[in-house]
Amino acid sequence: MSKISDTMAWIDERIPLTDTWNKHVGQYYAPKNFNFWYYFGSLALLVLVIQIVTGIFLTMNYKPDGELAFKSVEYIMRDVNWGWLIRYMHSTGASMFFVVVYLHMMRGIMYGSYKKPRELLWIFGMLIYLVLMAEAFMGYLLPWGQMSYWGAQVIISLFGAIPWVGDAITLWLRGDYVVSDATLNRFFALHVIAMPLVLVGLVFVHIIALHEVGSNNPDGNDIKKVKGPDGKPLDGIPFHPYYSVKDLVGVAVFLIIFFAIVFFAPEMGGYFLEHANFVPADPLKTPEHIAPVWYFTPYYAILRAIPIKLLGVLAMFAAIAVLFFLPWIDRNPVRSIRYRSTAYKVILAAFVISFLILGYYGLQPVTPLGTFISRLCSLIYFGFFIALFFISKNEKTKPVPERVNY
Amino acid sequence: MAADNVASNGAGAPAVDEKRRRLLTTGVGVVGALGAATMAIPFVSSMSPSARAKAAGAPVEIDISKLEPGQRVIVEWRGKPVWVVRRTPELLESLEQVSDELRDIESDKSEQPDYAKNVHRSINPEVLVMTGVCTHLGCSPTFRPDVAPADLGPDWKGGFFCPCHGSKFDISGRVYKGAPAPTNLPVPPHAFVSESIILVGEDGGQA
Repeated sequence: MSKISDTMAWIDERIPLTDTWNKHVGQYYAPKNFNFWYYFGSLALLVLVIQIVTGIFLTMNYKPDGELAFKSVEYIMRDVNWGWLIRYMHSTGASMFFVVVYLHMMRGIMYGSYKKPRELLWIFGMLIYLVLMAEAFMGYLLPWGQMSYWGAQVIISLFGAIPWVGDAITLWLRGDYVVSDATLNRFFALHVIAMPLVLVGLVFVHIIALHEVGSNNPDGNDIKKVKGPDGKPLDGIPFHPYYSVKDLVGVAVFLIIFFAIVFFAPEMGGYFLEHANFVPADPLKTPEHIAPVWYFTPYYAILRAIPIKLLGVLAMFAAIAVLFFLPWIDRNPVRSIRYRSTAYKVILAAFVISFLILGYYGLQPVTPLGTFISRLCSLIYFGFFIALFFISKNEKTKPVPERVNY
Repeated sequence: MAADNVASNGAGAPAVDEKRRRLLTTGVGVVGALGAATMAIPFVSSMSPSARAKAAGAPVEIDISKLEPGQRVIVEWRGKPVWVVRRTPELLESLEQVSDELRDIESDKSEQPDYAKNVHRSINPEVLVMTGVCTHLGCSPTFRPDVAPADLGPDWKGGFFCPCHGSKFDISGRVYKGAPAPTNLPVPPHAFVSESIILVGEDGGQA
């Protein structure tokens, strides 16, 4: 026996290293018909790593203090060696995280990846999305610019809409009567310790759940049903080297786009870093036009569309909460969009378009036309789930093939 | 049953009292959970405003002798913007004209000291003292005393407009119908120390 295999045997007697590698990588059989949409899971993991690494280095120079925070960010940008690169990677990473996650969720919806037996996988994914939103929101306060400040003011005030206890909750969240140094300091703690820990834990559980039930595929059939004489699925290939190599191509293309943004358009015309955030926080003056960062705007548009405060807040939270129930709202056992009815395709298209339009109007100042269109799109957004519940019950679907197409 | 227990516990061991075991397990579980829940109290409470944050918030004085009609000054009280506006006769007249479009005309559901629960929502009709924080989601509305500007439409008689979510208020801070803000802008406790000096945050118990 060689030295290497001796060492491996020594380790394997003490911790299941080879077994774990084989179960999750070397002999994890994934369907061989993965397409473009299947890049975004591994890319999300990549962005998570980028955020954690750049985040650690940012904390080395950042000061979570109402007096010092804004200046310390400018210090990172101007005086710290490569500080601008690390900070722009972190800010671009935040937006790209949502780009990747939204596409990843779209894939899950299109191919029915939330359906039995992947309901928990979907729910863990939704929890990741939720924690990611909290993480992004808290991170956005840290530069202590005008948009940071007023964005936090608005979002924390959302909880004030809760009857009876609302004001007490907002006071507790802020730790002061207004958004202040206390708020900044706790958001820093949550952003750099609490949320990332939860996030990494959820990602771990998400992957464990995935590897327990196996990956879905664009045909939405079950590759474990057709196995070869060796007991391996005929339509499956080991994750490594096949998909590890495929994903590397995705990583390369992604990084080209990522660094093109970091180097040439880190503010992305005010969409990734809003212009008002280059002005230090001023508790006495709200910027003329405030909007959240683009990834929150569909929900923000729903909030603004409803003229009653409590209802608006409820609708906004419901828009996210309803996604958790997707595995039970969609009652059709056929997973993939490829074999579903035209009616389904139509309502899904309407859903996606309404989400994008809401995202657009959430960025715009309030106008009567914008409010009208936002209301219409909010109805379509929620209408999708109601329509889906009824359409999916007796849907005329095409037969799902036994083997995958590729 | 008993024989099985003896067997599984090895020869000579006494039979397991399942009932007692369940009681003890539940008891330990409940006491442990109560202990852990009690431990949450200091952590949760530590996030509430500290003694220092509570102590801050002394009243502030504003000299309005140089404030011209139609102008506004902003002062900070407890970290919030407080506006003082000297209203023109035209602006005061608009208060009666907009009544039909308001949600809470008499300010019954709104926050203000009793001496400011009137049409002009102030002690002295001319001088408005108001907390500049929108009752919707806490933005600070903009001061728009101009009549019929292009962006707010020909019916605008002067007032406050919240840029965040489009809530409109009249020049007494009363909210228009159809706006997301539920109530009128709050009036902080205040008092006139002299003709031109206002004390914000204290009114000598008049409220």
